[in-house]
Amino acid sequence: MHREDFPMLNQDIIYLDNGATSLKPKSVIDKTIDYYENYSANAHRGDYDISYKVDLEYENTRDLVKEFINARRKEEIVFTSGTTDSLNLIVNGFFRNYLEKGDEIILTKTEHASNIMPWFRIAGLTGAVIKYIPLDDNNFVTLDNLKKVVTPNTKVISLAEITNVIGDKRPIKEITKFAHENDIFVVVDGAQSVPHTKIDVIDTDIDFLAFSSHKMLGPTGVGVMYAKYELMQNIEPVNLGGGMNESFESPSKMVLKEVPTRFEAGTPNIAGVIAFGESIKYLNKIGMDYIEKYEKDLRKYLIEKLINIPHIDILNLEADSGIVAFNVEGIFSEDVAYYLNKYGICVRAGSHCAKLTKDVLGVANSIRVSLYFYNTESEIDSLVELLKDKDKILKEML
Amino acid sequence: MDKELGREIILENFQYPMNKEEVNDSNYIKVNSNNPNCIDNLDIYLLIEDNKITDIKFMGEACAISTASTSIMIKNLIGKSIKEAKDYINNFYHMCNEEEYNKEILNEGLAFQDIYKQSNRKNCALLPYKGILKALEDYENK
Repeated sequence: MHREDFPMLNQDIIYLDNGATSLKPKSVIDKTIDYYENYSANAHRGDYDISYKVDLEYENTRDLVKEFINARRKEEIVFTSGTTDSLNLIVNGFFRNYLEKGDEIILTKTEHASNIMPWFRIAGLTGAVIKYIPLDDNNFVTLDNLKKVVTPNTKVISLAEITNVIGDKRPIKEITKFAHENDIFVVVDGAQSVPHTKIDVIDTDIDFLAFSSHKMLGPTGVGVMYAKYELMQNIEPVNLGGGMNESFESPSKMVLKEVPTRFEAGTPNIAGVIAFGESIKYLNKIGMDYIEKYEKDLRKYLIEKLINIPHIDILNLEADSGIVAFNVEGIFSEDVAYYLNKYGICVRAGSHCAKLTKDVLGVANSIRVSLYFYNTESEIDSLVELLKDKDKILKEML
Repeated sequence: MDKELGREIILENFQYPMNKEEVNDSNYIKVNSNNPNCIDNLDIYLLIEDNKITDIKFMGEACAISTASTSIMIKNLIGKSIKEAKDYINNFYHMCNEEEYNKEILNEGLAFQDIYKQSNRKNCALLPYKGILKALEDYENK
């Protein structure tokens, strides 16, 4: 499946760590090189031809992102360094000023560190309180369970659309509808969903969305913060400096540029943003509906095989994504990852940056397989074959 | 030590580690030892009486190498004076760093004689030793 487009796949590896980062197609790599070789100037300085070309290409990616998530206006798209940066901008730029003592922030225990730690700090600074949505038997979020924790003091719900260990897809549209009826903002961590499913910010009515380029075939060091246009005026830029101001004379006389430019201080990751546009074109060509279905089918194929291995304990049997977390009975997850690495299989072991997840799973660490559309059934077969024989794992993991 | 024997010793100590249990006794010195680049995380409990190590226990989650190394360390340090223990620890460090060391005293610790060849796993074998050194330091600073 399009494997010939990915130079990394020429190596003898089976790459199953797409939740951490995705591989890059040749077109994205070429676009990066093209910038450095042929028009390597700064942005927003269109005084000469190649700099003007930079502006066009850079802003072209903004248009592509806008279309990709179906935003109303391109001004709603801010380039950041990644999901973490975007979430920190949302929390520190908007909610730091908005939240007051006693207000409630609603999260879940299966969030990634970057959707928990910024909130922890802001809770400490504002006196707001953190609450968690109780999860059902599958560790999923349901609207009913959300309703149990919402009170008149609830001001924001922040959650991943797809979590990075459990891999469950949250009913964002229903959550947003309920939240807005109660004057609650919804922040969505899209790091694991935007690369794998169709996102429509108008249909789902999300207030804030964060995601990363590198998990969706693009370069590292680029991310997106989406916010509804009417909310953007109330986001205070976290970084001040070049490119984002109209003028400054004294502490009381600083005039900022319009959104989104005011949030992109300093020279941005120009090559990264431009090449990110290429990755969106690539995804559009394949089709997000196709990608989602393909990954679900491939996950089903993997689960059906793993479930028959008695010493494998699957932690997320039901999940609407390409993520499978499991453990081999009596063997530490990292040892299993070392063992698989000897056969060129790349999987992730550990807590996957979701350290509160242990409270709901009962185990702190696991092996995670995260799929993308370029993975194949034959790769799954190789993985399963190696996991079948526990004695072999014990013998070869050292 | 024969490679196969070393592997067996490590597996045995991983699957049936010595003294893996939590301690709630304030006479023990408790330290945490973890590696920043992996997920190994151990608590080590050390009891010293009359200048002698009379007990060590540990708890936590760690890979086979770390767990086995902790178990073997515990077997070898219990009963030793602080000076003797430091001698053992130093020798183990020397072995892992591919330096001169005294093979005679390391006993099952020799199962890790080739660990220096895998730089990422070396830190796993050394994890309990990092912890016990910290505990000894705490004891001496008391």
